[in-house]
Amino acid sequence: MKLLEHQAKELFREYGIPTPCGYLVDNPNDVDDHIGDSVIKAQVLIGGRGKAGGIRFANDAESAREEVRNVLGMDIRGFKVRRVLIEERLHIARELYMGIAIDRSRGLPLLLASKEGGVEIESVKDELIGRWHLVPDDKTDGIVNEITSFLALNGMKEQVARLVESLWRLFWDKDCELVEINPLVVRKEGDMVASDAKIIINDDALFRHPELPIEEEDLTPLERRARDKGIAFVQLDGGIGVIANGAGLTMSTLDTLSLYGGKGGVFLDLGGTDDVAQVVEAFRLMVDASPKVILVNIFGGITKCDTVAKGIVQAKESLHISYPMVARIKGVNETEARRILEENGIFALQDLDRACRKASELEAS
Amino acid sequence: MSVLLDESNRVVVQGITGHQGQFHTEAMLKFGTNVVAGVTPGKAGQKVHGVEVFGSMTDAVRDTGADTSILFVPARFVKSAAKEAMDSGIQLMVIVSEHVPVHDSIEIIQIAKSQGVRIVGPNCPGLGSPGKAKLGIMPNQIFKEGTVGLVSRSGTLTYEVVNALTEAGIGQSTCIGIGGDPIVGTSFIDVLDLFQNDPGTSAVVLIGEIGGTAEEEAAEFIMKNLTKPVCAYIAGLTAPPGKRMGHAGAIISRGRGTAKSKVRALEEAGVKVANVPQEIPKLVKEILNDA
Repeated sequence: MKLLEHQAKELFREYGIPTPCGYLVDNPNDVDDHIGDSVIKAQVLIGGRGKAGGIRFANDAESAREEVRNVLGMDIRGFKVRRVLIEERLHIARELYMGIAIDRSRGLPLLLASKEGGVEIESVKDELIGRWHLVPDDKTDGIVNEITSFLALNGMKEQVARLVESLWRLFWDKDCELVEINPLVVRKEGDMVASDAKIIINDDALFRHPELPIEEEDLTPLERRARDKGIAFVQLDGGIGVIANGAGLTMSTLDTLSLYGGKGGVFLDLGGTDDVAQVVEAFRLMVDASPKVILVNIFGGITKCDTVAKGIVQAKESLHISYPMVARIKGVNETEARRILEENGIFALQDLDRACRKASELEAS
Repeated sequence: MSVLLDESNRVVVQGITGHQGQFHTEAMLKFGTNVVAGVTPGKAGQKVHGVEVFGSMTDAVRDTGADTSILFVPARFVKSAAKEAMDSGIQLMVIVSEHVPVHDSIEIIQIAKSQGVRIVGPNCPGLGSPGKAKLGIMPNQIFKEGTVGLVSRSGTLTYEVVNALTEAGIGQSTCIGIGGDPIVGTSFIDVLDLFQNDPGTSAVVLIGEIGGTAEEEAAEFIMKNLTKPVCAYIAGLTAPPGKRMGHAGAIISRGRGTAKSKVRALEEAGVKVANVPQEIPKLVKEILNDA
């Protein structure tokens, strides 16, 4: 889960990471009359706001209200601006970068510090980026000297030490996949401030953080309903609604469909469910997405084929499914599954290739 | 031959009295796995399919000499269950559970590395060595004894390909699902290395998917270290960019981690890559003939 900038900065303050003074508004009338040089920042869950016109500058209350009016309601790559953060303008001496992400290859958190900030970290030259792996329960004392001299922040060692320690504690305490300060501003006044803040929390750990705000993501209403039911569901352009179990199998079903000219219309991953009601719920979502054809591809392991078959039969009866349906059922309890389906007039193929060809023909007809 | 697992492993099922634990204990016993104990706190003294249940891993290991475990416990309890297993001397552990917090995985895997414990998973279907033993949730009937090693990041897609191999008359030495999470205990490279050194494995099938760079790293390793022939399939060739397709790992971003970039890296390493999983048996026959 991504946090909005103002939420991330609230966490920064909680962990003692300096941020600019600022406040959130959803209405131009809420801008303070005594405001001076300020920055108006759209609060959306997508990068590249600046280029899209979502970051503006003002020097008094009147111009600030004007810019707030301009930014509110803007559409930034599909994200509507509902709130705006107003912050004091910083007197910038240098722009740096600091972040902690997870290095998949090493299986460890990786602290990145860059001599250049304010741009996309991917575009920074490799030699300008320092990298330090961190181990759980580790103290950061050992790397502070290195980071200080790498970023040429001599004389600011204590500030660097506090910053690195705070960032690491925040990353670990809050189950973050990413904590990023970009740019990390060194002010002319001689101190460091987190000008922007980006935090991504690991979704699987949200259960132990009831204190964190849950923000609505940019999903279609159906995708949102699916998410609330714990079903992975993506709307695509084609006419074939694919219900499969496992992301890999679902994707390979789409790959196989394309071999026969078929196109996936919805991608629905049942996951490892073993619950008839969950299967019926998946079909309910599928039917509401109005596909031309429904293709079911189940290879049961933790998912039992007979559970899925019972779900298909129940769904067909209770939802009055009129779309042509092709089913391919393999794996644990497949014989029982085929018996259940056949007794209810649903024919299940064993072969994925044939099922995909059949579904593609039905889509084209 | 097989890697990691054979009939000599003495297996404990952690969470054996749960719905999944019971079901898959029976399936593993039928496959020939030497399941010697189960563990569920507070349920000591019960039996599940004839297997004795203990209240703790310490008791189970002390009384049965177990060296291997498989976890069927809810994600939020995985960390403590895994630590308990390692503390009692378990050497090989399969974590089936999905949605384990990534920080918990990092901690578990760090401890495992420092103690020399092998972990497969989390969020994985486990591994099967046909004719010897199975440690996981893969359907029993898809396997056939033979010499092809298979490693995959995707659970059900593993079944699809193993089944296709078996139907084409191609048997397997060991099939390993390493799991779809960003952080896993055993990587493609670890398994490729095991297969390279296993005299019972003559060719390797690698199944990857979009997201991350594990397949590109595997390609580099294959180029440098593998003398055995390899073929592969990468799921998601037709997946639209920018859409999250289910797995934490299956996300395409910034032009990296795409199916195309993975296919290119593998082909440059001399690996034959299939367009759809059903093509794999044909490719395996080709690479075995060429070898």
